Amino acid sequence: MSAASLAHARHVLSGNPVTALAFGLFALLVGTAILGPALVPFDPIAAAGPALQPPSARHPFGTDAIGRDVFSRVIAATRLDLGMAFAAVAIVFACGTLTGAAAGFFGGWTDRIIGRLADTIMAFPLFVLAMGIVAALGNTVTNIVIATAVVNFPLYVRIARTEASTRRGAGYVEAARLSGYGEAHILFREILPNLLPIMMVQVSLTLGYAILNCAGLSFIGLGVRPPAPEWGIMVAEGASAIISGEWWIALFPGLALMIAVFTFNLLGDGLRDIVDPRRRT
Amino acid sequence: MNDVAAATLVQAAARAAPRVPVLEVADLSVEFRTRSGTVRALDGVSLQVHRGECLGVVGESGSGKSVTAYAVMRLLDPAARITGGRITFGGMDMLGAGDADLADLRGRELSMIFQNPRASLNPIRPVGTQIADVLLRHGGVTRAQAPARAAALLAEVGIPDPERRARAYPFELSGGMCQRVGIALALACRPALLIADEPTTGLDVTTQAVIMDLVLGLARARGMATVLITHDLGLATEYCDSIAVMHAGHVVETAPTAALFATPRHPYTARLIGATPRPGLALGDLASIAGSLPDLRREDLPACRFLDRCERARPDCAAAPLPRRTEAARMVACRYPL
Amino acid sequence: MMLAVIARRLAAALPTLAGVVVVTFLLTRALPGDPAAYFAGPAATREAVEQIRAQLGLDRSLGMQFLGYLRELARGDLGLSITTGQPVLSDIVARLPASAELTLLALLFAALAGISLGVLAALRPNGWLDNLCRVIATLGVCLPAFFTGLLLIYVFYYLLGWAPAPLGRLNAFAAPPPHVTGFFLIDSLLAGQGETFRSALAQILLPALSLGIFAVAPIARITRGSMLAVMSSDFIRAARAHGLSGRTVVIAYALRNALLPVVTTLGMVFSFLLGANVLIEKVFAWPGIGSYAVEALIASDYAPVQGFVMTMGFLYVLLNLAIDLLYRVIDPRMEVTA
Repeated sequence: MSAASLAHARHVLSGNPVTALAFGLFALLVGTAILGPALVPFDPIAAAGPALQPPSARHPFGTDAIGRDVFSRVIAATRLDLGMAFAAVAIVFACGTLTGAAAGFFGGWTDRIIGRLADTIMAFPLFVLAMGIVAALGNTVTNIVIATAVVNFPLYVRIARTEASTRRGAGYVEAARLSGYGEAHILFREILPNLLPIMMVQVSLTLGYAILNCAGLSFIGLGVRPPAPEWGIMVAEGASAIISGEWWIALFPGLALMIAVFTFNLLGDGLRDIVDPRRRT
Repeated sequence: MNDVAAATLVQAAARAAPRVPVLEVADLSVEFRTRSGTVRALDGVSLQVHRGECLGVVGESGSGKSVTAYAVMRLLDPAARITGGRITFGGMDMLGAGDADLADLRGRELSMIFQNPRASLNPIRPVGTQIADVLLRHGGVTRAQAPARAAALLAEVGIPDPERRARAYPFELSGGMCQRVGIALALACRPALLIADEPTTGLDVTTQAVIMDLVLGLARARGMATVLITHDLGLATEYCDSIAVMHAGHVVETAPTAALFATPRHPYTARLIGATPRPGLALGDLASIAGSLPDLRREDLPACRFLDRCERARPDCAAAPLPRRTEAARMVACRYPL
Repeated sequence: MMLAVIARRLAAALPTLAGVVVVTFLLTRALPGDPAAYFAGPAATREAVEQIRAQLGLDRSLGMQFLGYLRELARGDLGLSITTGQPVLSDIVARLPASAELTLLALLFAALAGISLGVLAALRPNGWLDNLCRVIATLGVCLPAFFTGLLLIYVFYYLLGWAPAPLGRLNAFAAPPPHVTGFFLIDSLLAGQGETFRSALAQILLPALSLGIFAVAPIARITRGSMLAVMSSDFIRAARAHGLSGRTVVIAYALRNALLPVVTTLGMVFSFLLGANVLIEKVFAWPGIGSYAVEALIASDYAPVQGFVMTMGFLYVLLNLAIDLLYRVIDPRMEVTA
């Protein structure tokens, strides 16, 4: 990022406290994911007191059905939830951007095959397809990550494809071609770097969706195995308790999920303002 | 005031005293509040139109012609504010009128034709239905009569095969056809005043003349007052009885058409005439008008907003107030007129 | 004319349907471990496994297996569910109405709430409703549907006692109405069973609300944006200039145009709804195909899951087709460009 765009970013942030808040929350989330498990007051997978205690000074978020400290579990879960989402988005960012850019840049058959692939994925409700993929590949955390990446694939392909095809005839691409560079060189050196800013906005927006998707899959019992702390599974564990009035077991992990998704969505909107001021709402 | 009362008032006023203008705009000022400052879009604009008469309002884009029209219709955007002046239509104070009275008046007593005819029609409603909407709103026709009446109106504006065309959507009609539909819509309820805002912009040249003849022909035949808003002085001279020249939110000169052409008094008018093609003039003889409109957000806007473009400017031209000299049927807003 | 359009669109959807079949087949083939050993059970001998392998056709080439798979599909054979002991197809057919009733009611709620909110927000930009709309659009997409469901259960069942226990489509004392559509709300009304209708409504309200809230946000956001754009367009100003009443302008002119982009995003909304439906069915013990698939997944019973994925794929393709046709009904311009 050049000095000018840094200055622009600072300008946007100073005029937009919401985006500044999003950056703050993001730092907090990442900090929690890195340091959280080391800082929690109780072992997240062992009983820390009597079962089903409402929130108190000792257990600010209460304890669950087998006496584990909900606060420690919510904090410790950040690493797994964020980790799954980051991994899924990293995979789809790499694969989706590259294939989408290739489709847009080369056109023809490449474009048709990649387009058909993306359309086929889009033919399913995305969460349902993710369920099917996890069921087929096996019930593991890795497969949750893969399934989440696959269902986001069409989105990345579509955006990268559009951006690449509009740049196919751009002046700097023509210039590179005239200087005798090969098509692959142009794709990697001229097209892809120019796609990065717009794709970064997408990364932030899809991180929120990826967190929801992973948490939803573990909520229905896929991937993450108890007793591992993870927000979706914790909400599922709290579901039966909520009918008898123990609200805290499900509420706090649910809120953590919401805050995380909210942060990434705000961040995405904020990044879009910085990267693409024209599309400001 | 209910709508019947309003209507009879307008017509009575028009009949009883023919020299009372149908529309009188006096000293009208309008501002737009924008993020980058207040735009003083109109400043002390005065206009009059009588029954059976056509007034041309001429000026560059941005001179405030359309803002004047929308102010008269009371259809300015929410960001605009009328800060002073009067608008009297058929003896009725338009600025004091309530929303319901205004809605009753619009389309029946006071109508408008828009530039860009296709965009001013609802794209997903058959044109006949759109005319029927207006008739049902004002015209006292029943739901059963409306389609036939709409087709008759289409026939009046010269659309062949009107029953079939009534079922067409705007995208199925040419620009000229769309403008005919726009005219049918505006004249559906035989209004006392028609405002035509650049009615031929975007149409091809041959269609332009046909549309202008149609509008002004119908207006004359019905004894309506017409305001023709255009950037084209040539067009205005051809069709209008008198002309008001606007520049940067001011009316700089008003005069009967022939007098304006023979003896323009405002330097801007003189230059507009110099820039207008007419028979016997080679393209090379056409003058262009130097400079551009001043930024109407400026705090230190001079009293004469033509100052920066005027070769006759003298130091005291900037001083307020802007002189408005009126003699006979003419007005000129210049300290040192030609 | 419409039939020809439907036929053309169906033909265009065929490759997508073929894609759904291929993906579902590949998912079958990617079963973890050895499917033959899995289906034979842990106690099976080597010969038994081989026999099942031959029975399932797993010893043939991939192409042959695909052909076999297609033959089974053509016969409506989606395999047997180990958990229920029934053919997957009959299980899904029996449970589909429950899911459809829930999803459609949620969509109805989301569309009504989202469109009204979006329209009201757009009519008064920056008013309190607009701000509420913005908050809902931002927060709504962050709410995991299963979490909303639990919160609603806590408030309306546990705290207030207004809602019945979140267990299925009817309370324990009511019998299902005679099967006509499979939708309990409609069937109970058809049979004139008021008590059953009340019970079904009480049961479906919370899950439909939790599912719908999820979809309100995108619908409200898009309606607001497109309504704002339409309200500032030329033809709305023209409609006002013709004196049409506020109601006609907003509903017949603006809203119908503003709905076009909303209809195109319904596909995305359905993708969300059908996915979130699975989660909501689990939370409310709703006997639809989503909870069927979840139960099967937990029991490692794969045939129902694959049947479910394929059914959802087919349904989603058909829904997109229906949305496309709906768009054509609203927008006359599509006939020509198609």
